[in-house]
Amino acid sequence: MASVLEARTPRQRSALAAFTIRLFKEKPLGAAGAVIFLLFLFCGVFADLLAPYGMNQISPLNRLKPPSWQHPFGTDNLGRDMLSRCLYGAQLSVIIGFCAASLATIISVVLGILTGYLGGRFDLISQRFVDAWMSFPDLIILIVVVSVLGPGMPQIIGTLGLLLGIGGSRIIRSAVVSVRENMYVHAAQSVGARTPRILWRHILPNVMPPIIVLFTTRVGTVILAESGLSFLGLGVPPPAPTWGGMLSGSGRTFMFQGPWLALAPGLCLTLVVYSTNMFGDALRDLLDPRMRGSR
Amino acid sequence: MQTYVARRLLALVPTLFFASLIVFVTVRLIPGDVIDLMLSQNDVSASKLTRDQLIAALGLDKPMWEQYGLWMGGILLRGDFGQSLWQSTPVAELLLARMPVTLELGLLALIVGLTVAIPIGVYSAVRQDTGGDYVARSFSILMLAVPSFWMGTMVMVFPSIWWGWSPEVRFVPFFADPVQNLKQMIIPAIILGTSLSAVSMRLTRTMMLEVLRQDYIRTAWAKGLSEHLVVSRHALRNALIPVVTLIGVQAPLLIGGAVIMEQIFVIPGMGLLLLDAVFQRDYPIITGVFLVVGVAIMLLNLLIDLSYGLLDPKVRYR
Repeated sequence: MASVLEARTPRQRSALAAFTIRLFKEKPLGAAGAVIFLLFLFCGVFADLLAPYGMNQISPLNRLKPPSWQHPFGTDNLGRDMLSRCLYGAQLSVIIGFCAASLATIISVVLGILTGYLGGRFDLISQRFVDAWMSFPDLIILIVVVSVLGPGMPQIIGTLGLLLGIGGSRIIRSAVVSVRENMYVHAAQSVGARTPRILWRHILPNVMPPIIVLFTTRVGTVILAESGLSFLGLGVPPPAPTWGGMLSGSGRTFMFQGPWLALAPGLCLTLVVYSTNMFGDALRDLLDPRMRGSR
Repeated sequence: MQTYVARRLLALVPTLFFASLIVFVTVRLIPGDVIDLMLSQNDVSASKLTRDQLIAALGLDKPMWEQYGLWMGGILLRGDFGQSLWQSTPVAELLLARMPVTLELGLLALIVGLTVAIPIGVYSAVRQDTGGDYVARSFSILMLAVPSFWMGTMVMVFPSIWWGWSPEVRFVPFFADPVQNLKQMIIPAIILGTSLSAVSMRLTRTMMLEVLRQDYIRTAWAKGLSEHLVVSRHALRNALIPVVTLIGVQAPLLIGGAVIMEQIFVIPGMGLLLLDAVFQRDYPIITGVFLVVGVAIMLLNLLIDLSYGLLDPKVRYR
């Protein structure tokens, strides 16, 4: 047993390495996206160590200072260092992005596999429900839920997870529908394997590529949605340094005196969403050629 | 064609039912302490609402199914969406006043989006893998990532700092003064339209590439037709059919984006109505906007599906 495990690990590692090499060779833009994304992850995880100042450290003497060596992104109307706030903003975005995207992916997978594999009336009814769900704009559902449950991180993660999870189940479902007809699935059915076993051992591994792609692009979608909500004043409440919140109405009044306030958070957002899109596109092309051209 | 229409209409019934349930259940999640919050926030002594009256006004004193029946019945039979809690105006009236504004913004953004997307998409496909194609594609991927609220904020801030010019934020109805109205609407429409154009541009390009490889295009070339004729007459018409469906897919994004644009550029549409209602916790308005937006998008998608049946004979017989 031990020898089998030992023999497996290096082979898997080399598969990952080979994939990375392919990514860099065939999809240079996607690789750039991956690098930016890893950098963003690094900033988010180690924000406490990287940030030169506290996220809410007020310094009245340094109000609205333009970018300098001491404050590379300048300071805001309370003298808070924008670089530090952007780094802590990355931390919030990482937490919300990963939690909500994981939740969404789990919901998509469970729903997609069940509806796609079981089919029949259950599928028909749940697809009408998904139709209804998808005709509501994400932002409007978020606004309404926040108006009912109040703003806060758990509500936003839960709602975004559910929201994108139900929408994404369509993608997994269509992958399952095509996998379901494969010979090995029929073989498993005919030897009397139980449904949970078939779903776990035969269906799930074969729909992994779209799941990975879905998760990657969802991280970007979640971050963008959360920042839109914070921008409207309905996201994680201030003084939490969310990127969207930094651009919002109350901060806008000071942007006329300190235009750099408008630049840094927006650039961070654009860069992160751009990198997840590019990385997701490249992953899709490399892992799952069938999904090419779809979004 | 008739069976196709009938089938689509029939499929709409359960979807509409689920939509109304989603709206109903989401808003009825109101926990008890929100009632207290509403009472403390909105100076109760002035509006003379007691806790019991408020619960009754929200219809929360009846069993769930009865609440749903009353609510749906009112809307279906009398077009009654209830009363605003603090303005004592019927919600239906507010919705009717705000809807055209959001529709105008959405339509303008759609026009801008397609005028940007289609020519660039066609160019990109016809000149595949040239420098121009790469520039166009990078631009579209970038537009996907730039948040529209950031663009809006920058348009508000930078021109004012550099040239002392800022976008119009005084709203005038279109029929009162079209020029003044468009002056305010066009900038948010451009921002919204360009951010949406990314996806339609990519789709136009993909479809054009597919169509350009068809046999009848080779025939058209072989006949010695000019590039202009081949592209516009033969290829584009067929490539655009899926782009029509995309409009339906993008409608939710368009409305979501409109909420943000209305907030930045102070346009009194449905989005601003919703946001104001959220901050005042005016639940009948929230429910009304929520339902109307969802149903409008569903009907739009129905129309698109039906027009698709007209545009593409293959669909009718599926």
